[in-house]
Amino acid sequence: MKKIINDPSTVVEESLKGMASAHPDLIEVQLDPAVVVRADAPVPGKVAIISGGGAGHEPLHGGFVGRGMLDAACPGHVFTSPTPDQVQAAVQKTDGGAGALLIVKNYTGDVLNFETAAELAEADGVAVRSVVIDDDVAVTDSLYTAGRRGVGGTLLLEKVVGAAAERGADLDGCEALARKVIGQVRSMGLALAAGTVPHAGEPGFTLADDEIELGIGIHGEPGRRRVKIGTADEMVKSLLDPILDDLPFAAGDRVLLFTNGMGGTPLIELYLAHGIAERLLAERGIVVERRLVGPFVTSLEMQGMSLTLLKLDDELVELWDAPVHTAALRWGV
Amino acid sequence: MRTAAKVLEEHRDELSRLDREIGDGDHGENMHRGFAALVTAMERDAPDSPGGVLKLVAMTLISKVGGAAGPLYGTAFLRAATAVKDTGELDAPTVAVALRAALDGVVARGKAERGDKTMVDALLPAVLAAESAAERGEDVPALLRAAADAAAEGADSTVLVLARKGRASYLGERSVGHMDPGARSTALLLRTFADVASGHR
Repeated sequence: MKKIINDPSTVVEESLKGMASAHPDLIEVQLDPAVVVRADAPVPGKVAIISGGGAGHEPLHGGFVGRGMLDAACPGHVFTSPTPDQVQAAVQKTDGGAGALLIVKNYTGDVLNFETAAELAEADGVAVRSVVIDDDVAVTDSLYTAGRRGVGGTLLLEKVVGAAAERGADLDGCEALARKVIGQVRSMGLALAAGTVPHAGEPGFTLADDEIELGIGIHGEPGRRRVKIGTADEMVKSLLDPILDDLPFAAGDRVLLFTNGMGGTPLIELYLAHGIAERLLAERGIVVERRLVGPFVTSLEMQGMSLTLLKLDDELVELWDAPVHTAALRWGV
Repeated sequence: MRTAAKVLEEHRDELSRLDREIGDGDHGENMHRGFAALVTAMERDAPDSPGGVLKLVAMTLISKVGGAAGPLYGTAFLRAATAVKDTGELDAPTVAVALRAALDGVVARGKAERGDKTMVDALLPAVLAAESAAERGEDVPALLRAAADAAAEGADSTVLVLARKGRASYLGERSVGHMDPGARSTALLLRTFADVASGHR
């Protein structure tokens, strides 16, 4: 294992400290329990949007803390759910009197810990709602979850709901919007090579030189099947077809296309893949109105990519375009 | 609780071994870490009421155990703390009510039923035994002994069943023949509470 680290047990803490020093205008980082909070929290009268999950998916979630997106993020250890006291601390730090919405990716540990946190925060007197995102069409059950996993669609959910909260949507409105987005976002990913969890020291799985794992999860957990690597055209199609069939997306639909890198695939390949996805969608009569390309929902240094499609309407386009000012996403400011 | 920490330290390897067979092998380590942190927290500032102690147990396990066991045990102790309110000395009916509240919390959180091969398989029979002991007018030590016996039997019963909840459920048929580590740790905790209440430890 070759990594720029001092000690596997302090990776998350040291990285959080570095992130705090890189973005002093945007975020404040608290350790023990670990929480990344937007610098101007709490914002009076605003619903607090809070997410979190295991570390190793950066910039998710801490990189999306700031105006127009998340009020706080709770990072666990690498690929390990955060604990309820972290989430409770995040609620306390960001509660502006309008309640808090917790955005939870569908993994058993995350769901249990966030539900317990919601109970603790309610006992503190804060109105708390939770939504669980499960956008991965690849598998119904995986090593980490019962049901579908939450993957790339999480970013789009956080952006859209964050924008609504920033404009003054109340807790009911934020929750209803989140459920709407979850209902119309779908993703699927593939891997060419695994990442290595620092305290494990070995790659999460091994693929032959000519193999890819189709339907990979963001912890490197197995997907649908292992197949021979094909051309980029073939690989993009093998991700896009199951997504389109699942919702299903139909000719005339307006969509946001998010081409995501898993951490170890360079932008040159991501743009290449994105271009293919745009072409395939155009052939099906699906209208790509908004795009995002880059490594945003990663799995350490895993080589691979995922595609996410969100069905758009005027409301979602407006919320997507609304100003956002975070470490990893910034426009309109 | 100090004795519970000691018991969990003694059984750390056994719990982890059970967990390795059908899970990810960290249950013993996680429970030991949680209860060791609890001992430290109690030394720093021991609450003076049963409800306060239960709340401290809940918060410590929630923040230190992690995984699924942290929120499940944390919720159990938290609900028990709420159930006993600010009672000064626990009587048998209150203990039965607290155990029932703990069970309800675990079931609500984990969505497991009896026979799914989880800690519910130890806790549910323990609650039923505690409730009938309370109805018979038995004292707290006798009630806890009845609960511990029922929990031990319940944990043993998990060996033969197929896991339907938790990480062991991914193994399907392969989970048969192994005791559920969560049921085992629940049985161990109740045995310890019974021993301490009876003056055996």
